Amino acid sequence: MNPRSLLLNAYVYAVLVFILLPILVILPMSISESNYLTFPPEGFTLSWFQAYFGDERWMEATWFSVRIAVLTAIATAVIGTMATYALVRGAGSMGTLFQALLIGPIVVPHIALAVALYLFFQSTGLSGTTLGYVMAHSLIAMPFTVFTVAAALSSVDPALEDAAMSCGASRFTAFRLITLPMIMPNVVSGGLFAFIISFDEPVIAFFLAGIRDKTLPRMMFDDIEQNLTPVIPAIAVLLTLLSIAVLIGAGLLKRMADRRAAGVQES
Amino acid sequence: MSAPGFFEADGRTMSRGTVLMLMGPFFALVIFVFLYPLGNLLSISVLEPQPTLEHYQRVVENPVYGRVLFRTLQIALLVGVLSLALSLPVAVLMANSRGPKAVFLTACILLPFWSSVLVRTAAWAILLQRNGIINQSLQFVGITDEPMTLLYTQGAVVIAMTHVLMPFMVLPIYGALRNIPADYGRAAAICGAGPLRSFWEVTLPLAMPGILGGFILVFLTALGYFITPALLGSPQEIMIATLISQQMRENLDWPFAAALVGVLTLIVTVITLAFSKVFRFDRMMGGRA
Repeated sequence: MNPRSLLLNAYVYAVLVFILLPILVILPMSISESNYLTFPPEGFTLSWFQAYFGDERWMEATWFSVRIAVLTAIATAVIGTMATYALVRGAGSMGTLFQALLIGPIVVPHIALAVALYLFFQSTGLSGTTLGYVMAHSLIAMPFTVFTVAAALSSVDPALEDAAMSCGASRFTAFRLITLPMIMPNVVSGGLFAFIISFDEPVIAFFLAGIRDKTLPRMMFDDIEQNLTPVIPAIAVLLTLLSIAVLIGAGLLKRMADRRAAGVQES
Repeated sequence: MSAPGFFEADGRTMSRGTVLMLMGPFFALVIFVFLYPLGNLLSISVLEPQPTLEHYQRVVENPVYGRVLFRTLQIALLVGVLSLALSLPVAVLMANSRGPKAVFLTACILLPFWSSVLVRTAAWAILLQRNGIINQSLQFVGITDEPMTLLYTQGAVVIAMTHVLMPFMVLPIYGALRNIPADYGRAAAICGAGPLRSFWEVTLPLAMPGILGGFILVFLTALGYFITPALLGSPQEIMIATLISQQMRENLDWPFAAALVGVLTLIVTVITLAFSKVFRFDRMMGGRA
């Protein structure tokens, strides 16, 4: 290795240490016997996991978040796939409008969105409801899902649908039997991303939650702000495992999608 | 693709009605939870208690709020510059790696990208606390005798925000670099350019849309960032998102909070429109342009 690439490698690995170190430091604290978050951890205990799984408030918040995230994933995958399909099959000026509106919730800060929804949901009674969260989370997750689905749709040859339609299939039938099976891996991974975005969403939850209907991120925010107990590292372990599972899941789905695309080209 | 012809007329083209039906649920969602609530909030900022610009005047004229705005811009810019310094080499190495190394590097960037913001913020709170690892190490090496105050400072906010937002810059730069044909580098080498000159004069200009796009994404996100400054920042040196939250929830001064949202939204909209050419979302995820 020449000195220049050695230097580049050294710099990059230093950056990777910076990226990974905080996560690697917090995880072992979940099994420490100490009440304080010290490093290295002392002894071994699973009591912080018990404190999480045994506490009704943590469990309620977790299930509330799971329910919201699952519904957000489904809503985003369905609504996003419909709109993206119209986009890639020539939506014209409506497609331009679609793209402009899609990027809006990414550019406008979540704090602005959260404050706006705080006022609007209070007057409509949607504050703290599952429906309110699902709609807000679907909005912010939509661009990620649309992008994932669009990547697959743009590689589907429209001639396949044309062939089906000229044989008498309606557009819906052609989509359902030809296109949808081909893009399915990406639709699922788009839904997966929406799930994790919703499950981790802290800002909107900060404004929309009342006393009782807190999501998991909202409960975590309160704990970190007030006393930062070792329950947080225990949850961090679980959430990191979830992130790894989602990443592996998305990777497998991508491989499946590549294989399907290759298969269609061969036949 | 086939030439326009017989099949295309009834096959590929959708009627406007079909397009509207397919995009309808999305438009309904955007109107109901984005356009209307935001428009409603902004109208409060100029219509309450009567049609007025006094709330915006307060933002500009009161030095306390001016300082918050200036500090926010400063921190966001610093986070953007630091992220760029850390991201560019990582993206370059990612684009030049193959096989297991490429997979490893990508995983290292994607894992934090998809892991909880609260977990990462809590990790920094633990690292930076009085008896935390960083203070222990500093005392151990003898740089300081007493634990230093690291948490609840602007430094803590900048470091943690750079950590949280950096992956958003790596991906677009990586996407731009990967789209540069390898022939270009070879051509530059044949013409006698060394690796540095070839990177400076060929690679960097071609990757500029990705670099600029990533920088603007991180800068804009940092401008309105709430969680990390709220948990790690100093209560005396707040950023605009915390100010908005205070005015909204504690002072219940909704018109003034709305005016602050108006200022923030105006800034991000102007920047987005000014850079709309490079700021394309499909590139933000590291996809092919």
